Amino acid sequence: MAINWFKYSSPASFYTLAGKMIPIFVIAAVIFLVAGLYIGFFVAPTDFQQGEAYRIIFIHVPAAWMSMFLYVVMAFWAAIGLAFNTRLSSMFATAIAPTGAMFTFLALWTGALWGKPMWGTWWVWDARLTSELILFFLYIGFMSLQAAIDDPRRADKAGAIIAIVGVVNIPIIYFSVQWWNTLHQGASVSINQAPAMASTMLTGMLVMVLASWMYSIAVILKRVRVIILERESHSAWVTELQKKGAV
Amino acid sequence: MKPRHKKLVIIASSVTALGIASVLVLNAFQSNLVFFFSPTQVVAKEAPIGKSFRIGGLVADGSVKREDGSTTVHFAITDTAETIPVVYTGILPDLFKEGKGVVAQGKISNQGVFLADEVLAKHDENYMPPEAAEALEKAAKAQKASLIQ
Amino acid sequence: MNWSSWSEFFSMGGYGLYVWGSYAVVFLCIVAEVLLISNRRRTLEKQYGHIHDLNK
Repeated sequence: MAINWFKYSSPASFYTLAGKMIPIFVIAAVIFLVAGLYIGFFVAPTDFQQGEAYRIIFIHVPAAWMSMFLYVVMAFWAAIGLAFNTRLSSMFATAIAPTGAMFTFLALWTGALWGKPMWGTWWVWDARLTSELILFFLYIGFMSLQAAIDDPRRADKAGAIIAIVGVVNIPIIYFSVQWWNTLHQGASVSINQAPAMASTMLTGMLVMVLASWMYSIAVILKRVRVIILERESHSAWVTELQKKGAV
Repeated sequence: MKPRHKKLVIIASSVTALGIASVLVLNAFQSNLVFFFSPTQVVAKEAPIGKSFRIGGLVADGSVKREDGSTTVHFAITDTAETIPVVYTGILPDLFKEGKGVVAQGKISNQGVFLADEVLAKHDENYMPPEAAEALEKAAKAQKASLIQ
Repeated sequence: MNWSSWSEFFSMGGYGLYVWGSYAVVFLCIVAEVLLISNRRRTLEKQYGHIHDLNK
């Protein structure tokens, strides 16, 4: 079956496609969330050194991973939009930013609530925590710059520059625990090593990662649809939609 | 200048400005983000003696002594090569234990004792049920015993 | 099963405030994000008349 992918690169046809996709991702997100929470709280055992407090990991790690991953995706679409002048890719970058900022905030918040009982402090200026805070400011900077510029196409371009330059911060966050002495421990899960976690704990965490993926996709598609309508409100196809609704 | 050129110049200069800014930030990072020094670095006088700084390492086995009737604790931080004695008054984090990671902030006295005003626990990245940790510990002990024989 | 009673579940070995404080804020953020997007859409719909969704 041949699918004409280029068909979906126009905002008008993507709007329809996204509308069909959202419910699927919502359902998947709910299923993974319920399964992940069940494994995290009822199947995974207590931890030998942190007791029950370690259960914050089931949201802390997914939130931290999403915060970094979404930034890279945002920068990617912003760069594509800048290079090829494609409207939809820039709209995607704009739609990703608030969700990315939310996950960054959650990573910092859950980290503080985890750090207080375990480390003895809500916050330290170590490289891992500081670079994650910089990520939060990058998202906020991207959003406020775009909000400050009235012309959407110019806003896209200005935002793209912040997004692209800020990518430097991602490897810094990821490798900070190896490059510098940090209070934050090293990675429990990495590509080149066996995970340093009991298998049910790891399963719970990975299912929660899947849940946050599905949630992010659903919510970003929802937001991109709103952005498409906002920006293309005077174009023929939106007028067409309005007419149909008026019947 | 044509508007198109002007736009290019604006983009180019903002990219450069951001690039320079990030280089500066990274530079500041590099020199300030040594979160703690190891006892070996402290003995080698690499740490800023005289100013407040942090020492990180493991709480030496058998070194923790609590003063009666106060919250003052004496312990030692080791990186197995060097050991620094520490005095601290205050509440210790839940994960503070002999043989576990610790980061203390304070100043070093003339007698070479580290006077800490903050003690934080640094835990490792391992997560497992208590039974598994016990089994691991037993296996490690058995291996040690067989090595000695 | 990790818990023998609900109170044990809620206390989280004494770390209840930290654990539930984390999960509660995650939940609030998700609800807020979804509401904000729906609101934005509703404002648009009001502005431009009802937008008929092609998919429904």
